[in-house]
Amino acid sequence: MNLAYRDVRHKLGRFLLTCTGLGLLLGVVLAMIGIYRGLVVDALTIARAPGIDLWVVESGTRGPFAEASRIPGDTREAITRVGGVAAAGSITYQTVETEHQAGKLRLYVIGYELGRPGGPPRFVAGRGIVRSHHELVADRSTGLGIGDRIALGRNTFSVVGLTEHQVNSGGDPAVYITLLDAQKLQFDLAPPAYRVQLARGTGAAVRDTVNAVVARVQPNVAPDSVAESVRRWKHLAAITQEGQEAILTGSLVDRARRQIGLFTSLLLVVSAVIIALIIYTMTMEKLKQIATLKLIGAPDRTIIGMIVQQALALGFIGFGIGATLILTVKNYFPRRVVLEPDNVLVLAGIVFLVCLLSSGLGVRAALRVDPATALGG
Amino acid sequence: MTEPRVPEPLVRIRNVSKHFGEGETRIDALREVSLEVFPGQVVALLGPSGSGKTTLLNAIGCILEPSGGRMELDGDVVYDGRWLRSDLRRLRLDKIGFIFQFHNLLPFLNATDNVAVVLNLAGLDSGEARKRAVDLLDYLEVGNRRNAFPAKLSGGEAQRVAIARALANRPRIILADEPTAALDSKRAGIVMDLLRKLAVEQEAAIIAVTHDEKIFDRFDRIFQLRDGRLDTGGP
Repeated sequence: MNLAYRDVRHKLGRFLLTCTGLGLLLGVVLAMIGIYRGLVVDALTIARAPGIDLWVVESGTRGPFAEASRIPGDTREAITRVGGVAAAGSITYQTVETEHQAGKLRLYVIGYELGRPGGPPRFVAGRGIVRSHHELVADRSTGLGIGDRIALGRNTFSVVGLTEHQVNSGGDPAVYITLLDAQKLQFDLAPPAYRVQLARGTGAAVRDTVNAVVARVQPNVAPDSVAESVRRWKHLAAITQEGQEAILTGSLVDRARRQIGLFTSLLLVVSAVIIALIIYTMTMEKLKQIATLKLIGAPDRTIIGMIVQQALALGFIGFGIGATLILTVKNYFPRRVVLEPDNVLVLAGIVFLVCLLSSGLGVRAALRVDPATALGG
Repeated sequence: MTEPRVPEPLVRIRNVSKHFGEGETRIDALREVSLEVFPGQVVALLGPSGSGKTTLLNAIGCILEPSGGRMELDGDVVYDGRWLRSDLRRLRLDKIGFIFQFHNLLPFLNATDNVAVVLNLAGLDSGEARKRAVDLLDYLEVGNRRNAFPAKLSGGEAQRVAIARALANRPRIILADEPTAALDSKRAGIVMDLLRKLAVEQEAAIIAVTHDEKIFDRFDRIFQLRDGRLDTGGP
């Protein structure tokens, strides 16, 4: 006869309600872990999207994400000629805010050279850009659809393709346009400002500037050795893909990551305390029954089994509710929530341990109960 | 011609004492109490509050270790200056049945399972344990309430289920703590008649702590406790 099961069945509604409450709490913990992981993944997504080995940026900077970087547009031709480089492409990054369907839309605009590294990694709908001007590939999270038209700067772009999971470290969805369009968007002055510049005799600003050149190296060539060659040009800096990712996680999102990490740890501690309290209270409510069981001859293992089984059932049902909830709603979060199986398993393991430790408190109280208390008087 | 065989007492206590605390705070709850209870006997422990009757019941029930003396239960010396058995809970399970003032049924088990749990703990499989539990409930005329949970039982029904639980392993010693305190006089009489019947049929010894004057005439012997000392008497 399983006493733990019978006790739970007798107060099923209350037990499930407790499990649900715990499930919501564990759901929040899982969400925080997912947000934490999502932040890191988001930060790396744009940097990983071009699938390249080397970033060539302005000398003395750690651009183009952690710091601003501007290099001449013809740098790409020079980089292409460096030994070991298989392909290279110029690239620009900028954040713009525009209006779409009567709402503000904040976009991370990536300009790239057609047919060269730096373009969207994959399409979930539509096609890539084929025309030199005014075509755009957007991340699905922008809410844009194929055929939509959207104004960027003084030009209107047609959405020809959709990609997914392409957001910057701030969570702004990315759109891809051609390098020429991006340069025009970034560097062209508004007509009145342009006229003022002409009147001053300074002429038009140099527009052929890019933020970085990205390069793929040939197979069997170490990116570090190519980077070393590039660094001989004093006006350029070269960062390997590995180095770029380290900069992104180590500096750009580090504080946010630590903040969320700390908050997640606090939530875990709070969850552990709440689980311990619930299990302890559940045991304390049963002390008279436990005393009776002891009095009629129930061995300690029966009593320990009852408490531990209920604690584990509470933890796992609660965890199941929390995990199901978060896995169901995670795509509705404004920012990406990344939950890998290992995250879920680790939290399940933590919940298991917490339940075991928490039931230890209850077991201790139960084992100390004097069976004579069942007699009263 | 052979002499009639004198039965051995089921409970034999010699000079059992129990004190709490030491020095100025020492309280002597039991002072060299000796008594014997034979099979088929229903005896009462009487006395004012603090006289030591519950302490004595707890000592006989192997819940409370005496400070000295000797205790023999069903022919087995369990205490002689110290516990002689390490498995006191198993001893209770096999030899002693408890009946409580407020039945103390497990609220999450129905009447059948409240009885079956004791048999289950003793090693009987669940099916057989339930069958025997139902038989016992029928015997105690509460079989029609076998599926009811304690909260749905009347005081008398609950007490009969508690008695069934106490009897489940056929213990030869039954300790009852105010078994009729929560019942009206009619039901108290029924319960006492039942206990007497059980004592005779199962050759068990029943020791009850009670204050209930209306049932004094149902006991074979009354042990009066005063300040931890025993005065014997009879109705």
